[in-house]
Amino acid sequence: MSADRTFHADLRELQQEILRMGSMVEEAIDLSVTALKDQDANLAQRVREGDEAIDDLELLIEDRCVKLIATQQPMAKDLRRISVAFKIITDLERMADYANDIAKATLIIAQEPLIKPLIDIPRMAKLTQEMVKTSLDSYVNEDIELAMSLAEADDEVDNLHSQVLRELLTYMMEDPKTIRQATHLSFVSRYLERISDHATNIGERVIYMVTGRRTDLN
Amino acid sequence: MTDNVKITTKDLNMYYDAFHALKAINISVEEKQITALIGPSGCGKSTFLRVLNRMNDLIAETTVKGNVLIDGEDIYGPKVDVVELRKQVGMVFQKPNPFPKSIYDNVAYGPRIHGLKDKKQLDELVEKSLRQAALWEEVKNRLTSPALGLSGGQQQRLCIARLLAVEPDVLLMDEPTSALDPISTMKIEELVKTLKERYTIVIVTHNMQQAARISDETAFFLNGEVIEFNKTEKMFTNPTDQRTEDYITGRFG
Repeated sequence: MSADRTFHADLRELQQEILRMGSMVEEAIDLSVTALKDQDANLAQRVREGDEAIDDLELLIEDRCVKLIATQQPMAKDLRRISVAFKIITDLERMADYANDIAKATLIIAQEPLIKPLIDIPRMAKLTQEMVKTSLDSYVNEDIELAMSLAEADDEVDNLHSQVLRELLTYMMEDPKTIRQATHLSFVSRYLERISDHATNIGERVIYMVTGRRTDLN
Repeated sequence: MTDNVKITTKDLNMYYDAFHALKAINISVEEKQITALIGPSGCGKSTFLRVLNRMNDLIAETTVKGNVLIDGEDIYGPKVDVVELRKQVGMVFQKPNPFPKSIYDNVAYGPRIHGLKDKKQLDELVEKSLRQAALWEEVKNRLTSPALGLSGGQQQRLCIARLLAVEPDVLLMDEPTSALDPISTMKIEELVKTLKERYTIVIVTHNMQQAARISDETAFFLNGEVIEFNKTEKMFTNPTDQRTEDYITGRFG
């Protein structure tokens, strides 16, 4: 019997906080890859420092969820809305960690010239940022179609990831001196691919929240 | 969160004959907040509620020691007019208890007793009270129908309207939804939450989830003592006292 106005206002606030966390994560992905592309150590450092704020927000949202469950005893879809929020923030936090890992990799290779201009990695970053946004839009609007569309975007990111790995391999085979940097760049590609998987996780949760059914978007 | 204290008890002790029902209660109830009293049967929560408007005066062999201050005035002081006190501090009971009169007359009853005769003023007060009790829309076209013809939930809201008509500032509620179905319960809960804009509300409930849902602060009573008095949020997510934890997690009580 919790379906009253104040509870729904609380739920909307919870969604706003999640969106806020989402846009912080999007920004972290964007900045981390920009820093990598531009060999900008200062920017990479900023991404690393911003991670704490995202972690703090995760805890704040988690407390909010716990409070809502304890005081409002949500049922059915309301309960799924909150249990899904719990999972979403974990996904978002992991994404932020990957952005942080990209920043770390950037700091390692920032002092040496890039073995090649980065094209596909920034494309992956752009796609994954969009996926984060799409996944959260689908959560807030309870839009299953939108959530489903993440499967396609994820395939695209996966393909780019394979492409990047293949390309980096050719560099490494040609010149062993590139191996160190190419390894880090392939890690970066892998991190972006993982971020994309977390976005599809969110999409799966949204479908569960709306329909109560489990799906696999990966 | 306001910082204005409406009700304070100081070393409040209460005895039913030799039975020590309330033991040294020291709490402060905030103005325009909902304070829930929870605890197992016989723990003193209803007794405490009834002390707040001297309902226990009606029971012989009761003794109250210590002070109960409302707006800084001791309600057990020698000059207190108990009728005025009960006007200021109204009560809603477990079972709806409308008078066997019309809907209108139920709400107009209090103001009439207190001397209001003007028809227009009465009409206005009845409408205002019914609106505040979220009942107006449902009964406006049948104000002269018998109150006992209303559903249980409507009767309870009528009792709240009847209370509001005498313009109290503290509302005491003794398990106001225990006789109601879930939908009526939800309506009363919503109503209570809107009423806190104007009134200080103290509510006894056997339903812990209800306390969690609607109150700002919660007092946990056990064997006549207040074990913990805390923000509701804190109380239900991380209580300070182990006995509170045991009670709200269903390990005893």
